[in-house]
Amino acid sequence: MAEWAEEITHVAGTDLAMIKGGTGKPLLVLHEELGHPGWMSWHEALAKERTLLIPIQPGYGKSPRVEQIRNVHELGMFYSWVMREMNVGQIDVVGFSLGGWVAAEMATANSKQFRKMVLVAPSGIKAPEGEILDIFAVTIGTQINATVFDIAATPEFRKMYGGERTPEQFEAFEDARTESARIAWDPILHNPTLPYFLEGVRGLPTQIVWGREDATVPVSVGEAYRSALKNTEAKLTIFDHCGHRPEIEKSAEFIKLVREFLV
Amino acid sequence: MHIMYFTERPYRDVPEDEVILNRSFFGVPNRFYDAQVGARLYNEYLDEDVYAEEVGFDGIMLNEHHGNPFCMGAVMNVEAAILARITKKVRIVLLGNPLPVVKNPVRLAEELAEIDLISKGRLVPGWVRGAGSEQIFNQANPAYNREYFNEAHDLVMACWTKPGPFRWEGKHFNFRYVNPWVMPYQKPRPPIWIPGVISAETVVWCAKHRYPYIGLGTALQSTVELWNLYGQTAADEGYMAGTENFGYLQQIHVAETEAEAQEQGKCAMFGGGAANFSRPEHTLPPGYNSREATRRLAKQATDYGFLGITSEKLKESQSSDVPHIGIPKPGGDTRDRLRKGQISIAEAKEKIYRNYQKAQDGLQIIIGTPKTVIPKLKLIMEVLRPGVFGLFQAQGPLTTQQRLTSIRLMGQEVLPAMREIAKGLGIVDPFEREPGSRPYTAGTQYDSLVDLEALKRAPKRDESVRV
Repeated sequence: MAEWAEEITHVAGTDLAMIKGGTGKPLLVLHEELGHPGWMSWHEALAKERTLLIPIQPGYGKSPRVEQIRNVHELGMFYSWVMREMNVGQIDVVGFSLGGWVAAEMATANSKQFRKMVLVAPSGIKAPEGEILDIFAVTIGTQINATVFDIAATPEFRKMYGGERTPEQFEAFEDARTESARIAWDPILHNPTLPYFLEGVRGLPTQIVWGREDATVPVSVGEAYRSALKNTEAKLTIFDHCGHRPEIEKSAEFIKLVREFLV
Repeated sequence: MHIMYFTERPYRDVPEDEVILNRSFFGVPNRFYDAQVGARLYNEYLDEDVYAEEVGFDGIMLNEHHGNPFCMGAVMNVEAAILARITKKVRIVLLGNPLPVVKNPVRLAEELAEIDLISKGRLVPGWVRGAGSEQIFNQANPAYNREYFNEAHDLVMACWTKPGPFRWEGKHFNFRYVNPWVMPYQKPRPPIWIPGVISAETVVWCAKHRYPYIGLGTALQSTVELWNLYGQTAADEGYMAGTENFGYLQQIHVAETEAEAQEQGKCAMFGGGAANFSRPEHTLPPGYNSREATRRLAKQATDYGFLGITSEKLKESQSSDVPHIGIPKPGGDTRDRLRKGQISIAEAKEKIYRNYQKAQDGLQIIIGTPKTVIPKLKLIMEVLRPGVFGLFQAQGPLTTQQRLTSIRLMGQEVLPAMREIAKGLGIVDPFEREPGSRPYTAGTQYDSLVDLEALKRAPKRDESVRV
């Protein structure tokens, strides 16, 4: 198993917790709206050839809230600042759900900060068909259950969320939901100007990954991302019988796709 | 003592089965709304308020909720404006305007000033954070609930007390030219009261601002603790809190005979009552409660009020739908089992109405003739010593005549008795003594705000009862 550790550094004017693990060229991983899910098999696989840098979003876990970050675009500006201070140079990025939206915002501000970009079912664009699930108006249980297509067929889902919930876990979820509500409550989990600015992204090969049965962010949003990224090389891959978490629902296919793309 | 009449102005024709199927009043589809019924009820409720003035109430209390047949007061200020014109002497008490969902506090300041002017100084505005569902309905970010509340409050106050024109550049509100040409009748501003359910943060905030705090039917045991917290905060602020700083609201129904009262009073359980105000996901949207408040709620098993937050409900919000893969959850509450189709609507109703007597035993609702309700009200007055008392007409599909009879009996028999009791207890209201007007000298003994001996005689609430 790859070595990983969480450390807190002072960067971009704040303390920031970051999980680092693996070996090789750095790969920025932007976690989803419920936070870093723990070290999963896809982390393990990618960490064999890449050093994963997983910043814990301000307001989550051990990273204190940064009041000045008031929307997802500003969260992207924050991470760009963090990357500049860390001197990582041009870096590859993988973003999940709201983390994918953050990566897209960063790309619109400066597409040259990334070499390659992987967006896994990002929110951020209003769904042309269907609606993004209003995660702020459902219980945490409903939100979590809506993320996978077939719970029984997804063993890593049990690892993430199975069993009894402790008050501490509940509080961590509430912290996460509060922070994501703070920055993405209105408009509901999207930025109306993002598609326009994505047209300005050039020279950034992008792999978009989606589950056909995604009940959290409809697959139509994936099509919208690909259309908006028309001035760069962007590919949309859709897995069948898969929900919002291809990385655990179609783990082997996902790992293969991402490894080959990031070569 | 200042005695107010209050009704939620329920949409009484909502089908009960739909409320139960929806598992809450909030969110029942509005296809069940009939404009003819709405028109009749709005007018009836205004007439009720006029009648309440005639029979001797000192104030009419209004409140505001959105998207909810539980309360038709979606735009409370409109009703208040009408009352300003059609009543003569009652105070018009707004408990309260939900500041965090107000997008334009300057306009709110103007609306309230107009009401105060039309009523010639009878307005008592109040502020609330709004129930969780109000944040959902009004697209108000719950994570900024407290910040919106505080800044909107400060801006309204500035509108009323700071000479204009001035610029307001805050975190959430920006106004380039604040100079309202409508200012309150009362100087320097109308008196302000704040209603609350169980938030200690709100109590401390009230005490710091010297605003009377009105407990909305909260369990006596925990209300006593809040009163004392207020009193201690007041002392820290350098003033003495007294009966003028407190109020209490009690749901009640009065009829000519005990049998009639008991039969009619079952209405209070309609649709599950206030416990079914909104579902957990709407009651506690992310960030609505501080982390401290969430922790406290989990501990305060017996505490709940009109917003229906019970420990059971909180637990449900935490655990509902948790993926116990392959392991079915044992039991589950009525709501949960109804959703899963494990019990029928009839069974759910049966369970709701089974608690009717317990709800009376725990004083969640007081039902009876004047003779039987007065001792119960007296006990509450003895324990809490509130300068303001709101009598809350029972919820549910009472007939118009039953409601008017209840109001008449309150006016004829209950109010005079309450005034006598208040006199005996030395209770003064906020109009008799300005809240916060008595300085407190550090280190001295201050007034006892509650009667702990009387509290020993008070029944303990059954936490499983949800009204």
